[in-house]
Amino acid sequence: MKNIALGQYYPAKSPIHRLDPRIKVILAILYIICATFLGKNIVSFGLLLVSALALIVMGRIPLRTVLRGIVPVLFVMAFAALFQVFGRSGEMLIFEWRFIHIYGEGLFAALFMIIRIFALIVGTSMFLTYTTTPIELTDAIEDLLSPLKKLKVPVHDFAMMMTLALRFIPTLVEETEKIMTAQKARGADFSSGSLVKRAKALIPVLIPLIVSAIRHAVELAVAMECRCYHGDGKRTRMTVRRCRVWDFVALVIMIAFGAALVYFNILGIGYSL
Amino acid sequence: MDLPFIKVENVSYSYRGEGDAAIRVIKELSLEIDEGEFVAVLGHNGSGKSTLAKLLNMILTPASGKIFIEGKDITDENMSEEEIFALRKNVGMVFQNPDNQLVATIVEDDVAFGPENLGVPSQEIRRRVDEALSKVGMTEYAHHEPHRLSGGQKQRVAIAGIMAMLPKCIIFDESTAMLDPIGRREVMSAIKKLNSEMGITVIMITHYMDEAAMANRVVVLDDGRIALDGTPSEVFEKEELLRSMGLDVPQCTALVHRLRRAGIALEGECTDPEKCADLIATALGKELGNG
Repeated sequence: MKNIALGQYYPAKSPIHRLDPRIKVILAILYIICATFLGKNIVSFGLLLVSALALIVMGRIPLRTVLRGIVPVLFVMAFAALFQVFGRSGEMLIFEWRFIHIYGEGLFAALFMIIRIFALIVGTSMFLTYTTTPIELTDAIEDLLSPLKKLKVPVHDFAMMMTLALRFIPTLVEETEKIMTAQKARGADFSSGSLVKRAKALIPVLIPLIVSAIRHAVELAVAMECRCYHGDGKRTRMTVRRCRVWDFVALVIMIAFGAALVYFNILGIGYSL
Repeated sequence: MDLPFIKVENVSYSYRGEGDAAIRVIKELSLEIDEGEFVAVLGHNGSGKSTLAKLLNMILTPASGKIFIEGKDITDENMSEEEIFALRKNVGMVFQNPDNQLVATIVEDDVAFGPENLGVPSQEIRRRVDEALSKVGMTEYAHHEPHRLSGGQKQRVAIAGIMAMLPKCIIFDESTAMLDPIGRREVMSAIKKLNSEMGITVIMITHYMDEAAMANRVVVLDDGRIALDGTPSEVFEKEELLRSMGLDVPQCTALVHRLRRAGIALEGECTDPEKCADLIATALGKELGNG
């Protein structure tokens, strides 16, 4: 368990990895807006599908890794698609049996729904989880939200809490394993019995874990104080991020992509919702 | 400079124990430490050695008495936060559990944490981080995640994190206690290097006698007071007294003492195995020469 991965960051050298994390957050938001609101007809959905596939290729993430990330939402995808197939009525009746009517509109809507969910997942994971480390992401969000500091929102403090939480996940996982092993050695049984019984067996694990988490926190606070931590104040950063040409290019491409979707929707080529 | 680097004057400190009864852990303790010294602080559990460290670092404030660092009174309660940080950065501290000192998820980011807090300019931080990591031999791990490192490596990262703040003095509070023998050796060699090559004053709290023997000076605390203070050989000579305080002497010192008691003439004191071997060899040489 020592090799537990923080997030799903996939180290690679790709145009997306190279982007400034702040830009990536903005791109992800723009892409979500495109996928959610700007798909209207077969052309714009086709464009969305192509863009999602292009992102996978550009991010140099193995297709298998991306598909594994989609597996957990397959059920949602299937449910949403079936809902469209059986629930939508229209003019192109394709199949009829007793009370079941399947219309062409429904099939199109189901296809669009699948593409939309696929694009949403690929878009967010390609910009955020696969190509950005959790720390870069936290820092980026802190930077983007920094105007809120003027309104006395403790943005830095939240970002620091996030960072520390991420930092201590592996430590606490290791500790949980140690405690569970120690309890097993004394005859604890975590794997048999009813659900209630198993949940009860976890209480002797949780209590020492909470106690040790508090102890970690106290010691960490002292250590941070020793290293002169005093909140945001006059803090500087080792790596100062600067947007480069490529960041602006990526932003322009994304906006152009959104504009193209709107354009094709207005043209209204092919079947549209 | 005539002033000692650290001067502790009649300092007392008590913890609030059960039922509000004050437990005095430091009792009118006075101590002077000069710049560039390598001092080991010994004492059994509850002798007040960790409390002393926290007093020097301003984590705790003494109940009475004064502590001066470079002639500045650090027990002054009217100090501004700025002044406290300016003083605290001079006295870094490395703790026992390496996991509880590392803040970031990437080694070099963690080393940068201290200077970032001090508001050091970015390029200067970069330089200090690279230098600190190379001093502790962790350059190749700069982009690793701390939780994948061994205990000794984590502790060396923690040391680098303190070094990047450019302190004049580093206190090690049982920093090797949770490490395996290899980790201990790594960390001890890093500590020695800090002292001998960079002239950083080292105060090392430990309960390993062979580690204490590497220092230039050993201070033994017993029940909140200084019981012994001198060079390792001066201190470890008093084996009986140390044992009565629940402490040991390094194995080689114990060996020399026992040989002497058995009637073998060994001259001088020794605190490290090399010297011990020399002493025995000389003694053997004499025996053979006589026989």
